[in-house]
Amino acid sequence: MLVEAGHFALALALGLSLIQFLVPLWGARANDPVLMAVAPASALAVFACIAFAFLALTFAYLSSDFSVLNVVQNSHSAKPLIYKISGVWGNHEGSMLLWVLILALFGAIVAISRNSIPMRLQANTLAVQAAVTIAFLLFILTTSNPFTRVVPAALEGQDLNPLLQDPGLAIHPPLLYIGYVGFSISFAFACAALIDGRIDAVWARIVRPWTLGAWAFLTLGIAMGSYWAYYELGWGGWWFWDPVENASLMPWLAGTALVHSTVVMEKRDALKVWTILLAILTFSLSLLGTFLVRSGVLTSVHSFAVDPERGTFILGILILFIGGSLALFAWRAPMLKQGGLFAPVSREGALVVNNLFLATACATVFIGTLYPLALEVLTGEKISVGAPFFNFTFLPLIVPLLLLLPLGQTLAWKRGNFLGTAQRLYTVFGLSLLATIVMFAATYGGPVAAPLGVGLGLYLVLGSINEIVTRSWSKGTPLAVAWRKARGLPRSAWGTAIAHAGVGLTVIGIAATAWGVEAIGSLKIGERLKGGDYEVRLERVIPRVEANYREEAAVLTVFGSGRELGTLETTKRLYVTRGMPTTEAGILTVGLGQVYASIGDAQPDGSIGVRLYHKPLVLLIWIGSLVMAAGGALSLTDRRLRIGAPVPAKAMPPAAIPAE
Amino acid sequence: MRFVLALIAALIFSSSAIAVQPGEVLKDPALEKRAREISSGLRCLVCQNQSIDDSDAQLAKDLRLLVRERLMAGDSNDEVENFLVQRYGEFVLLKPAFGAHTLLLWLTPALVLILSGIGAYAAMRRRPQPIASALDEKEREALETLLKRDQSA
Repeated sequence: MLVEAGHFALALALGLSLIQFLVPLWGARANDPVLMAVAPASALAVFACIAFAFLALTFAYLSSDFSVLNVVQNSHSAKPLIYKISGVWGNHEGSMLLWVLILALFGAIVAISRNSIPMRLQANTLAVQAAVTIAFLLFILTTSNPFTRVVPAALEGQDLNPLLQDPGLAIHPPLLYIGYVGFSISFAFACAALIDGRIDAVWARIVRPWTLGAWAFLTLGIAMGSYWAYYELGWGGWWFWDPVENASLMPWLAGTALVHSTVVMEKRDALKVWTILLAILTFSLSLLGTFLVRSGVLTSVHSFAVDPERGTFILGILILFIGGSLALFAWRAPMLKQGGLFAPVSREGALVVNNLFLATACATVFIGTLYPLALEVLTGEKISVGAPFFNFTFLPLIVPLLLLLPLGQTLAWKRGNFLGTAQRLYTVFGLSLLATIVMFAATYGGPVAAPLGVGLGLYLVLGSINEIVTRSWSKGTPLAVAWRKARGLPRSAWGTAIAHAGVGLTVIGIAATAWGVEAIGSLKIGERLKGGDYEVRLERVIPRVEANYREEAAVLTVFGSGRELGTLETTKRLYVTRGMPTTEAGILTVGLGQVYASIGDAQPDGSIGVRLYHKPLVLLIWIGSLVMAAGGALSLTDRRLRIGAPVPAKAMPPAAIPAE
Repeated sequence: MRFVLALIAALIFSSSAIAVQPGEVLKDPALEKRAREISSGLRCLVCQNQSIDDSDAQLAKDLRLLVRERLMAGDSNDEVENFLVQRYGEFVLLKPAFGAHTLLLWLTPALVLILSGIGAYAAMRRRPQPIASALDEKEREALETLLKRDQSA
C-alpha cells in the first residue's frame, strides 16, 4: 500500500512540477506577483511528494518487502541495516530517485530563501529547475519505476552488488549527486538570467554559494570514490581515468572554473557572458556524466545496473537541455551588458588564465572519454584511450596552472604589478626550491618527478600561508596585532587560502606515490616478504562465514626498521547470493603513508600470493581533497554570503498599490 | 546485455586481487621493470579500462607472459608493442598512436588552449582600455577652482 502511495506521490510530483514550470514563467513575463508566488509554493510541494516517495521506497527496503521488484533485485533480508538503507540508491531506479530528490530539495531551499532573491529571478529559476525535474520524473516513471511489484512475491532477495556493500560506497553517491545536482541551481539561475535578459553582481552573489556548495560536495564525492577504489579494488591505484571517474571529473573541472569566474563577476562585474556559459556547461557535463553512467554506453567496474534502452531517454534529456540552454544563450547573451574593465596583468586576468587552463583540461578529459566511442560509431575502428593518454595530456595543462596559482592569488584586482607580486613571493619561491633540491639530493637515483611534484605542492601550501601572512603582517607589526588582523580577514580569504593549500597537499600526495615500492611474492605461514623499508610476515589464514558472505582472511604482521608496527588483515570474500568474489585490501597507516597488502590465489605448493606496497604520504591525496572542500565550506560562511545579497528596499510592484 | 555484463564481471573478478602473480616475475629486475612499464600501457582486451598489469583476467596473464617472453628474446619496448598491435590491433594500446584517425584526439588540448587563449585576448583587446589622458584646458580650470576653494576654506 505504502509502495503504491509512493508511486502515486511521484506522479503527483510530476503534475506539480508542470505547474511549477508553467505558472511562474508566465507570471514573470506578465510581471504578476501572484503567479510568480506559485513558484516557491509548488517547489515545496514537489519536494514533499518526492521525499514521501523516497521514504516509501526506503521503508520497502527496511522491511525487506520482496513484493517490490527493486527490493528483490537489490536487497537481502540478511543484509546489514546500513546497506539496506544505502541499497535504496545502490541501483539504477533508486539512484535516479535520489537524483530527483536532491533536485527537489535544492528547489525547496531556493523557495524558502525568498527574502534574499529578487522575485522575478526566483520565479524564473524555479521554473527552469522544474523543467529538469519534469524530465527526470518522466524518465523514472516511464523507464525506471522503482515501485514495480512482482507477483508472486519473492521469498528472498538477490542481494546488493557486493562491491557496493561498503561504507564508502554507501555515502559516495549522495555526495556526488549533491554535487552534480547542485550545479543544476547555477544552471537554473543562468537560464533565468538569460530569460530575463538581465545579469549583475547581485546575481553572482546569489549564485556563488550554490556553486561553491555543489563544488565542495562534488570534491568530497570524488575523493570518497577514489579512496573507495583504492582500498576496495585491491590493486592499489587511486585514480584510473576510468570513463565513469572522468564523468565526475569533467563537471568538477568546469565547476572549479565556475567558482573562480563567479568571483570575478561578483567583485568586478566582469566575465558575465562567460560565467553564464560556464554555468550552463557545468550542469551539461553533470547531465553528460549521468548519461554516461546510467545509459550503459560505457561498461566498467563502476556501472552497476546498466540498461541501454534507457540510454536513449537520457540522451533525449541531454540534447533537450544542453541544446535548449545553448540556444537560449546564443539568442540572449549578446543582449547582456559587459562591465568591469581590467588590465591583462591583474587578479581578473589571472582568473581568466585559470579558466582557460581548467576549460582546456576539461575539454581534454571530454575528448579522451568520448573519442573512442565516436570513432567506433563513425568508422568502426576501435581504439583505447586510457591512463597513459590522460597522464600525458592532462599534466602539462595542470602544472602551469598550479605554478601560476600563488601568483594569481597575490595579484591585485583591476591592475596588478607582476614584478611586485613576484617579490611578495620570494620567500615562497626560495623555500620550495630549497626543499626540492634537498629532496632531490636525499633521494638521488630515485624518480625525478617525485621531488619536483612535492616541491610544487609545497609551493602551493607556502603560497597560501604567505597570502594570509602578507595580508595581516608586515615588518614591525607586533604578532598580537597581526593575529587580530588575520582573524579579521574575511572568511572567504581564509577559505581561498585553505582550499589552495588543500590543492597543494593533494599534489604532494600524488607526487609522493612515485616513491612507493611494491613487492610480489608467494608466502607460506611464517614467511616474510620485504618491500622497501617495510616487511610483512604471514601469520595465519582464517576462513570465516558471515551473514551474507564467506571469506578467507590473511593476517600479516608488519615490520618497519626492525620493529613490529602492527598487523593488517586482507581478505578474499565470496558473496554467496551473487556468487561474486571481492577483495578487501589490508591497510596499516604509518604516519601519512600506508602499508597496503592484498592477497591472491593459493599456489600449488600451499603458499598464497601476496602483493605488498608501501605508499608514502598517500593519505595526503584525500586529506588535501578534504581540506579543499573545507576551504569551500569556510568561504560559504563568509558574512557577505550569509547575509545574502542586498535587495532594493520594498519596491512596490504596480499591482500591489491599493486602489483608493 | 545482462549476460555480457555478468560475463565481463566474472572475467574481471574471476580471480583475486593481485594481478601480477609471483610466478611471473622475471629474475632480472631491469627487465622486469621494463615489462611492468610496457604492461601498464597495454589494455586487457576483455576488461573495461584496465591495463594487463592491473587485471586478473586469464588473457591479461597470457599477455603479461608474452611481453616477458619477447623481452627475454631481446626485443626493445617498441618492438614488443608493435608485435602486440599487429596481433590484437590498436585497441590494445591505452595510449593510441598519433595518426590521421586520432588527429582530433591528440590535437584537441593544444587547439582548445590556443584558440580560447586567442579568443580571450581578442575579447580583452576589443574592449576599450581605461586610458588616463591628460586634462584638457577646461578640466584644468575646473580643478584649479576646486583646489582654490579648498585652500580658502
